[in-house]
Amino acid sequence: MKKIKQNKSIFIFLILLFVGYTYFVYTKGTDRINSPEMSESAIKGRTLWQENNCTACHQIYGLGGYLGPDLTNIYRKYGDGTKGFFNAGKGSMPKYTFTAEEQDNLLEFLKSVNESGNRRPDVIETWYGDLEIKGVDYE
Amino acid sequence: MNKKMHYNFLILAIISLLLGMFFGLFSGMQYMLPNFLKEMIPFSQMRELHVSMVVAWIILAATGGVYYYISKENNNGLAFPKLQRLHFILFIITGIFILISLFTKNMGGREYMTYSPYLYFPIILGWILFAINYYKTIIRKLSSWPVYLWMWMTGILFMIITYTEAHLWIFPFFRDSVIRDVTVQWKSYGAMVGSWNMLIYGTAIYLMSKIKGDDGIARGKVAFFFYFLGLTNLMFGWAHHTYIIPHDPWIRILAYGTSMTEWIIIGSMIIGWNNSLNREQKISSHAYKWLMSTDVWLFLNLVLALLISIPSINFFTHGTHITVAHSMGTTIGINTTILLASIFYIISRKCTFCMDKYKKQLNIAFWLFQISLFVFWGSLLYAGYQKGIWTKMDLPKPSFTEMHQSLMPSIHVLVTSGLLLFVSILMISVPMISVLRSQSK
Repeated sequence: MKKIKQNKSIFIFLILLFVGYTYFVYTKGTDRINSPEMSESAIKGRTLWQENNCTACHQIYGLGGYLGPDLTNIYRKYGDGTKGFFNAGKGSMPKYTFTAEEQDNLLEFLKSVNESGNRRPDVIETWYGDLEIKGVDYE
Repeated sequence: MNKKMHYNFLILAIISLLLGMFFGLFSGMQYMLPNFLKEMIPFSQMRELHVSMVVAWIILAATGGVYYYISKENNNGLAFPKLQRLHFILFIITGIFILISLFTKNMGGREYMTYSPYLYFPIILGWILFAINYYKTIIRKLSSWPVYLWMWMTGILFMIITYTEAHLWIFPFFRDSVIRDVTVQWKSYGAMVGSWNMLIYGTAIYLMSKIKGDDGIARGKVAFFFYFLGLTNLMFGWAHHTYIIPHDPWIRILAYGTSMTEWIIIGSMIIGWNNSLNREQKISSHAYKWLMSTDVWLFLNLVLALLISIPSINFFTHGTHITVAHSMGTTIGINTTILLASIFYIISRKCTFCMDKYKKQLNIAFWLFQISLFVFWGSLLYAGYQKGIWTKMDLPKPSFTEMHQSLMPSIHVLVTSGLLLFVSILMISVPMISVLRSQSK
């Protein structure tokens, strides 16, 4: 009986830690970098991103499929020229027919993603100190 | 006891596995031939059909197995057989709607959960029905729960939590911050995999204790130590996929520390093998053989998981096919081998020698599965290594398209070994379905 009580206590303790940690992740943990507020246009762009399931082939911060390149910082590299890819239908990419307004919205979304951080950081903070990364542009 | 319903879960699971592998092969073909079925079912749909069906295999086979085992443990069957029937009907209807959603491009557009978010409601209702049935069926044994009952309970509870968490993006607070949105996605998906692993690893321990006829391995201090270690990893280890996201460093530090505790599991496995070499093990059932292969895959995948959890290595592997090798290695090498062992065990409970007439075919399929999976896994690791070098090294760099082309030899090996893997599963599943169907009547 003592063992059952002990197991229950450990389980409840871990659950409480999990709840506290989840609160931290939802709030301070993800507030550290001030992600810019998404504009109305960027929000529409994100909806387009989801409706067309772009994540099947493209990644944001490494989350997504690997058929196409990671697009976290695509805007940094190509700027407004990024729009040239949307309807190109190059390789495996479906031949989309986004209107000019939809292309603007998608671009705004990718601009917001770009402003949120760097897919290829120069430094990663670890418990044993900062890990300095030397490399070239990701895209 | 409503035995037929357990079998229905398992038969549907195997059909989902075959469909999932079929769509997976076609996805691989689209990797090699960009215009293959591009106009009819582009990669953005094919991949999701693959993912949805394979996840359905894992969930249905694990759920059907747990229903079967707790009804055996209880002796009187399930507390609410009608709820189990309702759960099954909900799964079937939801599965049909997921397929319709994906074929008609009505996408939710989230990684792994691409179908319409409205399907959250019937799916979560199914899990709640499962939770009620589980709790009511085994509550009387609460005072002496072996570790697998704890693991199944944890798996069900955390599936409800994490599946809900994965849908928090519908609230602007979560989706309108890119960093929070990506972090919460990784958090929920990582912990969700940990949740279904609880259902599956609980099944593995149940099988080992029943096959060896020794319930002690599910009741000792060591069993509970590893259960709580697994639970800690489920709760806090997910962030080893998020080192590059600019969230609070504490999230990364905690994930790294938690992930490293898995070395204890590796050490324990090596000691366990060393001890087992000193004992003659003469159990030769199909279930036992598949469980033994799980051990090898568990070892290989744990080493890989540990390595990619080290920040300086993770930086090179994240966002490459090495992450895919990590997920494929665990879902096929570990989860699928345990679930196949579970189905073999359930079949043998009713008819010990029913599978004997397929013995030769099943032996060939076993080795074909192991060898083709090893090649499949290796080709992903090599493709990931190539992409990692391209992505991160300070070298003169070709374009993405040129890099993608350079991966083609690895992708050809991947698709060929995937085809052989499909053949091996076909060789196993056809007799399995046939026997399960006759047993369900």
